Amino acid sequence: MWTFLHKLSSPPHFYDLAARMIPWLAGSALLLITYGTIAGLFFAPPDYQQGDSFRIIYVHVPAAYLSMMAYAVLAVSAGIGLIWRIKLAHAVAAGAAPLGAWFTFLALVTGSIWGRPMWGTWWEWGDPRLTSELILLFLYFGYMALRAAIDDTAKADRASAVLALAGAVNLPIIHFSVEWWSSLHQGPTLIREGGPAIAAEMLWPLLAMILGFSLLFGALLLARVRTEVLIRERRAKWVRKLVYPEETA
Amino acid sequence: MELLSMGGYGAYVWTAYALTFGVVLLCVAQGRRRHRRVFSDLRTRFRSAVERGK
Amino acid sequence: MNAPHLPRMFDGLVAVIRRDLELAWRRPGDVLNPLFFFAIVSTLFPLAVGPDAEQLALNGPGVLWVAALLAALLSLNSLFLNDYEDGSLEQMLLSPQPLPLLALAKSMSHWLVSGLPLVILSPLIAMSFQMPARATTVMMLTLALGTVSFSLLGSIGAGLTVGLNRGNALLSLLILPLAMPVLIFGARTVSLAAADDAVSAGLYFLGAYCMLALTLAPFATAAALKISNE
Repeated sequence: MWTFLHKLSSPPHFYDLAARMIPWLAGSALLLITYGTIAGLFFAPPDYQQGDSFRIIYVHVPAAYLSMMAYAVLAVSAGIGLIWRIKLAHAVAAGAAPLGAWFTFLALVTGSIWGRPMWGTWWEWGDPRLTSELILLFLYFGYMALRAAIDDTAKADRASAVLALAGAVNLPIIHFSVEWWSSLHQGPTLIREGGPAIAAEMLWPLLAMILGFSLLFGALLLARVRTEVLIRERRAKWVRKLVYPEETA
Repeated sequence: MELLSMGGYGAYVWTAYALTFGVVLLCVAQGRRRHRRVFSDLRTRFRSAVERGK
Repeated sequence: MNAPHLPRMFDGLVAVIRRDLELAWRRPGDVLNPLFFFAIVSTLFPLAVGPDAEQLALNGPGVLWVAALLAALLSLNSLFLNDYEDGSLEQMLLSPQPLPLLALAKSMSHWLVSGLPLVILSPLIAMSFQMPARATTVMMLTLALGTVSFSLLGSIGAGLTVGLNRGNALLSLLILPLAMPVLIFGARTVSLAAADDAVSAGLYFLGAYCMLALTLAPFATAAALKISNE
């Protein structure tokens, strides 16, 4: 097990292993998402209060869930890279950030679209989850901006890692504070907390979508990290052999 | 069609789904493009380095 | 003959604070500029939104808090900049004193020079927003806790961006999301006080956050400084 992990942190091994894993992740993601979309759009019964507009839940919740999971991946891998100085971990953090930002953007947009027929406006500050997502987006932007501002890769890795960890510590606090803030105002929320028991036909597609998108995130992340690895290890012999095999032929 | 109108909320639901899948496809395409570009960039560099070395 | 005594742990902290206070004394602009900024920004809102007294009273807490946050951001840019430029930052990094302690010292001197004067000035500004007396006391309390947190959080950002070309805007982008909970609790608590509601929840939160920042931020700042300066 330790040899596996050790080998995993070696860039060439990771490069190959990731290449083999991506099709599996993407394939199963495709299956789950197809099922989830079709079942969610056409077979789940319409909601008692929201009618058919609730079907946006099947894209909004996965996006929101992933926006936070991506940040967890970001913070954990940045922390591992910082503490144990594993370069690959920094590459994972670098790859996770843009993906996380996209999912956060999706969560915000789908949340806004979902809220429009209910609230009558495109944005509702009283919804704590939406406001928290907005702050999360700023955290992602800050991370990526800091990375971009520092030229030296190693320095950028470590500086952004400190920022990611500071953000991770603050995330639960941010959620809590926004909840408190919106509870003072009693605004309408997007997802009914503890309403009537959610029907099974409604729940399964949702779970499938969440799992499917998670696997998709995994595939996308591995692909991005592979590219990062190529860039970071460009001076290594294994990269040379991989990219320009004719030389050693 | 009841499917398309989604009880009147059609525009909202379909826009949300279209955006989601659009962004996902964008991420896939962008990732692939970037990888291919890095690969060929490196290849060009190595090749010209070898040519110069000769 | 007196045996030379080894520096005690807090000597470094005191020395840094003392030095910064002396420097601030010689350059009063450093202290006054953020204060003026705070006052001016607080004045911008009534000018922009209109003199309606009720609306001002309603928005007063929020406006004051945003102004305080912006003023803190303004003065954070130069937190390490001067030390970086004249080489004393390097000295701090090399010194045998624990770096987190020195980072804490910098945060503390920053607060003494920018946060504390702001807290003292705030009742004056609050008057122009028709803030009742109870709310004003609560406001000063929340601002005191809040500005300490801003100084501590801000020094992390300042440490990360010291020596970067356009570090100023970046610093704000980095700090603002982290500072939002403080802003939320601070401003809303003052609003609650103005409405004669219970303020203990908000005050407890601000105090807890301040404690958290006091314990963790110096280490993050120290790590940031080390990374930025190799």
